[in-house]
Amino acid sequence: MRWLLGRIGVVVLTCAILLVANRLLIDNIKEYYISVLVLCGLYATLAVSLNLINGITGQFSIGHAGFYAVGAYVGGAWTMLMRPLVVKSLPILQTGTQLGDHLNLFIALVLGTVCAGLTGLLVGLPSLRLRGDYLAIVTLGFGEVIRIVILNMDVVGGPRGFTPITALVNDHGIPLVWVFGLLVVVVAFSRNLVKSAQGLKFLAVREDEIAADAMGVNTTRVKVTAFVIGSAFAGAAGVLYAHCQTGVNPDSFDMNTSITVTTMVVLGGTGSISGSLLAGIVLTALPELLRYDFIKDYRMVIFSTLLVVFMLTRPQGIFGHREIALPRFLRRLIRKKENAP
Amino acid sequence: MSEKVLLSIDNVTMRFGGLAAVSEVNIHVDKGELVGLIGPNGAGKTTLFNLMTGVYTPTEGDVSFDGSRLNGRKPFEIVGSGMARTFQNIRLFKALTALENVKIAANIHRQASLFDVVLRTPHLLKLDGELDAFSRDLLQQMDLADVADVRSSDLSYGLQRRLEIARALATKPKLLLLDEPAAGMNPQEKAQLMGLIRQIRERFSLTILLIEHDMKLVMGICERIYVLE
Repeated sequence: MRWLLGRIGVVVLTCAILLVANRLLIDNIKEYYISVLVLCGLYATLAVSLNLINGITGQFSIGHAGFYAVGAYVGGAWTMLMRPLVVKSLPILQTGTQLGDHLNLFIALVLGTVCAGLTGLLVGLPSLRLRGDYLAIVTLGFGEVIRIVILNMDVVGGPRGFTPITALVNDHGIPLVWVFGLLVVVVAFSRNLVKSAQGLKFLAVREDEIAADAMGVNTTRVKVTAFVIGSAFAGAAGVLYAHCQTGVNPDSFDMNTSITVTTMVVLGGTGSISGSLLAGIVLTALPELLRYDFIKDYRMVIFSTLLVVFMLTRPQGIFGHREIALPRFLRRLIRKKENAP
Repeated sequence: MSEKVLLSIDNVTMRFGGLAAVSEVNIHVDKGELVGLIGPNGAGKTTLFNLMTGVYTPTEGDVSFDGSRLNGRKPFEIVGSGMARTFQNIRLFKALTALENVKIAANIHRQASLFDVVLRTPHLLKLDGELDAFSRDLLQQMDLADVADVRSSDLSYGLQRRLEIARALATKPKLLLLDEPAAGMNPQEKAQLMGLIRQIRERFSLTILLIEHDMKLVMGICERIYVLE
């Protein structure tokens, strides 16, 4: 009972912090920065979810944009195509009201997450027998297959893109709450997974598959589980993306997006949740911040140079396998103070 | 007779393409025995281990363990039924600590759903606590308690060997398969290892089958020896 109350407390507190932060930001900064923040949150979510597959379980997947796309299109399809059919019998789903919009977004999120997860299962089951570069190529291929399928589906706009998608959250000025709420969920999920002895199985598969197998770890199951969870979270991010941008285009989900997310995971330090989180935010914000004045002509040059320098100086990523944890950080600070004079 | 037999290998043949790596081998190991398996390089000793632990399925013949047939069962299922192994070339989870290595193996006998894990329910916290205590206790018994939080790749060679045995023991096996446990050790370390093997056999009431090249070690501790050629 105490446990349950504690958990509810954490959720309420997180929501409260997000709502207050959202209000402060919306009132005080330009809309452009809000949209950059939204993108930062979404990419950080993608990076942390891919880190579950690439970093923690050690399966090199580079088709993450495919699952992002599934989420975006399924979410969009609910709001624009399916909801109008249901709304007559369930007037509560009428958009335009605070409750209706959030309820709709929630349903879209659930559908998008589940569909992306199922796609992950479909892709993962046959392809996770492969290792390393082979798996990378297969996932890359599947990512493209998903994009091409969408490109040829006329019902969701095909190459013209799927627009408009009703802006469920922007209208109420709280896109940040949903986006960062999702980010918190992904981070908490990954962290709890790695922290328990059960989650060590995922690390065992990364370290040595044969040994893991010989120590009683059902490696296939572990790999598929990681893949499905990672894909599902990418799908959730896709749903939010579609509803924040009020429309999606197949081009947003091409190989470039997959590679960008993979870069974030590698740069953050494969396996490090905090690393992926930080890299996701920095790599999204950096190209935008470089739009100032005379720098803007060279922004992609600077960006790529920075990447190269980063990888040369810290090939293991910003954090390597490690995490930043607040308690340890504080302890270290205190110890330093004690030692100082 | 059949009550006593823990592991029996009947007429097992393993072919890779046309090459028979192991042909018509018969071995049985009784409960509580310490049996040695020797033979020249390439005789198929490790292949035989792989056949027992489910890495390969024999082309012909049967492997049965503790009264049930193992052919075609997955390695992780076989470990669960009580047969654990070490590897000829050490295969620890390198980036993880000694404690984590043991915990992974000890995980085999417990059930926690993903739901428990993600929400950190009281059930999970209790299981994690038990597992932690069990693993630390095992490390203590194997004289590895001091290095519990050291990355396993940073351990000395001898300690890595010992940790690998500890990890196998964490699955609570009935039969322990040791694949060249003394490879790369100096005489002193070998003597220590012999003591250790005897000791864990007593303490965990194990049956042990070991592959070894070092005749002194084999003759020193094994009760029966099979020769593969």
